[in-house]
Amino acid sequence: MASAVSIRGLHKAFGSRVVLDGVDLEIAPGEFVALLGRSGCGKSTLLRILAGLDSDVRGSFSVPGTVSIAFQQPRLLPWRRVWRNVSLGLHGVDGREVARKALDEVRLPDHADAWPLTLSGGEAQRVSLARALVRQPDVLLLDEPFGALDALTRLAMHRLVEDLWEAHRPAVLLVTHDVDEALLLADRIVVLDEGRVVASHFVDLPRPRRRASFVEQRVRVLADLGVDDAQAA
Amino acid sequence: MSISVAGVLARPKTAVPRPRKRSLPLRWISPVALVLLWQAASSTGVLPPDKLASPLTVVASAGELIADGQLGEAFAVSLGRVFFGFLLGGVVGVVLGLVSGLSRWGETLLDPPVQMLRTLPHLGLIPLFILWFGIGEEPKLALVAAGVAFPLYLNLHAGIRQTDPGLVEAAKVLGYTRVERVVHVVLPSAVPQSLVGLRIALGTAWLSLIVGEQINADAGLGFLINNAREFLRTDIVVVGLVVYALLGLTTDYLVRLLERRVLRWRAR
Ligand SMILES: Nc1ncnc2c1ncn2[C@@H]1O[C@H](COP(=O)(O)OP(=O)(O)OP(=O)(O)O)[C@@H](O)[C@H]1O
Ligand SMILES: [Mg+2]
Repeated sequence: MASAVSIRGLHKAFGSRVVLDGVDLEIAPGEFVALLGRSGCGKSTLLRILAGLDSDVRGSFSVPGTVSIAFQQPRLLPWRRVWRNVSLGLHGVDGREVARKALDEVRLPDHADAWPLTLSGGEAQRVSLARALVRQPDVLLLDEPFGALDALTRLAMHRLVEDLWEAHRPAVLLVTHDVDEALLLADRIVVLDEGRVVASHFVDLPRPRRRASFVEQRVRVLADLGVDDAQAA
Repeated sequence: MSISVAGVLARPKTAVPRPRKRSLPLRWISPVALVLLWQAASSTGVLPPDKLASPLTVVASAGELIADGQLGEAFAVSLGRVFFGFLLGGVVGVVLGLVSGLSRWGETLLDPPVQMLRTLPHLGLIPLFILWFGIGEEPKLALVAAGVAFPLYLNLHAGIRQTDPGLVEAAKVLGYTRVERVVHVVLPSAVPQSLVGLRIALGTAWLSLIVGEQINADAGLGFLINNAREFLRTDIVVVGLVVYALLGLTTDYLVRLLERRVLRWRAR
């Protein structure tokens, strides 16, 4: 089966600053991959390239199917009601109906007619997820979508993302700084450093996962990120 | 209001301030007192009627001017001038603003000359306009149009340029067509700034009208006022000024209504 995402020797530089220096990565259809790495190591840059927002690169990558993305900020259009935000850009469908279903799925059935600025951070982020999912993407790119949320909301969002992923089965590439989040959700954890993929771990744990079940893996991943020893566990 | 209003590029308000209702009656104390003082000064002869007529005379003259249709006619003529001048300047300002806001080439070619011209105080153009258009209706319309086109252009252009690139990116990934990006992302985000431009443009339009009507007017509010001056009828001059002011306030109020309707997506 062809990969959902296939990246070979991808290079990206901003002027003289090399950010990606030969990235190789394959993501299988339906696979959930978490991308970890220090701040500024090029995670967002990689996602933007895959999303087609930056084509000034060397090397090759292919994303054969449809791509959708949710950013750290929800980036909703404040002047369009929630349901329009979800369905805008879709063609040849009943936008209202499609949006209603998607909003049901992210557990916001009563907010279809709300203005985005009246939503809480977590609600806005769920709308952003609904908007990404109605496009029935083969690849879903998530750039720290929970980064700005409080700890409790974040826990609820983890469950939601896992449920949505199990229902729709897109390949997911999730950028996060949170090792626990990665271990909780991902089939595989990939670590980016110095512009390359420096480590890749499969997380073979049954779902839904509990934190207690991944203590050992956590130490290994943290070691790859340059955080050593047991204090982290 | 300064002379080169066309150069003004104000920031849109982020929140509409809540009017403080409780203090409203109190705020009327001093204006009413001033009018009473004015009336007292007129009645006692301190303020002679050839310098400034008394408030009661002004009200009485207003009643007469309305009754014999003079005011209505002058009003209609002036309103027409502002309307057509505004329409002309509005079309020019909006079309140029859109072209230069939405296309790189448009901006490269249009923006520099407009930015240079905007530094001219447009009311200073009267001598040229008289030479170009004579002393009929045309220079008056041209003056209003010039006063309107600049603030509309500047604010529309700035509004479009201020579009959040993050939203445009999101729209690209989500598969909006180019037209959808313009209609749902770029133009709506330019609306608050454009409304500021509209408000300034309307203020400038009235100012331009008042100045323009000094050019050999044979009808309209300016004619009414100038004519009254020749006969030392300060009461009629004041009536004309009050009508100008009311017109300005009315259009400002209409823009506020429009703002409230168009910007209702803003969080309270
Ligand atoms: N448009 C740009 N022009 C110049 N440099 C850029 C640009 N975009 C990103 N960079 C640089 O590229 C590097 C990687 O940025 P990127 O946003 O991909 O990091 P990141 O891994 O997502 O970091 P974080 O975890 O903090 O979000 C940074 O050093 C950044 O300064
Ligand atoms: Mg980033």
